[in-house]
Amino acid sequence: MVPLWWYISLAVVLFVIGAAGVLLRRNILVVLMSLELLLNSVNINFIAFGRYYDDFRGQIFAIFVIAITAAEVAVALGILVALVRNKSTLKIDDVTTMKG
Amino acid sequence: MGQGFFLLFAAGAVITALTVVLARNPVHSALALMACFLQISAIFVLLEAPLLAVVQIFVYVGAIMVLFLFVIMMIDVREAMLQRFLPGRNLPALVLLLLLGVEMLALVFWSGRFSAAEPIAPRGGDQVRQLSTTLFADYLLPFEVASIILLAALVGAIVLARKESG
Repeated sequence: MVPLWWYISLAVVLFVIGAAGVLLRRNILVVLMSLELLLNSVNINFIAFGRYYDDFRGQIFAIFVIAITAAEVAVALGILVALVRNKSTLKIDDVTTMKG
Repeated sequence: MGQGFFLLFAAGAVITALTVVLARNPVHSALALMACFLQISAIFVLLEAPLLAVVQIFVYVGAIMVLFLFVIMMIDVREAMLQRFLPGRNLPALVLLLLLGVEMLALVFWSGRFSAAEPIAPRGGDQVRQLSTTLFADYLLPFEVASIILLAALVGAIVLARKESG
């Protein structure tokens, strides 16, 4: 069988890659996709712990994470479409209006 | 057997995740992300969570990625392809990421609680039935709240993306 720490290490690697995408990429779309990657790595952790400690709550939390992610993507892409319509840019460092 | 499959799917997931972050074209990123979600759903199957694997494919590959591809087609992504990464001063972010990864791996290896080699034997019986009983009996209120959140997000997305004509 696969030891538990293999799954956790995979989730750590995916989380770091997703965080790199969020922090380093310039394109807003790719930043949103990296956010999906972050949430998926957390889901792997939830389900792995639920499996190895025989607890259904891991899978239930993963279902809720998936539902909230769907809502988040819908709102984020709506904001993105409105942003492109108003400012016509996809670069994340052009949208610093709230920075003061 | 299980270890070989895990290494295969994990390698596929990591390679496609790197492709998501490194690809120049957002369409390539979206397709690589779709492949990554498929690998992760295979890992869910290895974890004996078949319902989650199917939900992963339906929701992520079926709905979210199609939404991404529609938005990519709606807006012009060509000018965004010219520059991949934020200009200059990437060193603090890289150091932070390295620190984060090393810290998490060190904690995982240091602690003895994650070295469980064998999962506890499952209780037996129909896993999906037990899961849905738990979900709809003990977690009924969070389930309803999640449905209200989805409804609010639906309405919010329509309002945000609508033209300003009135």
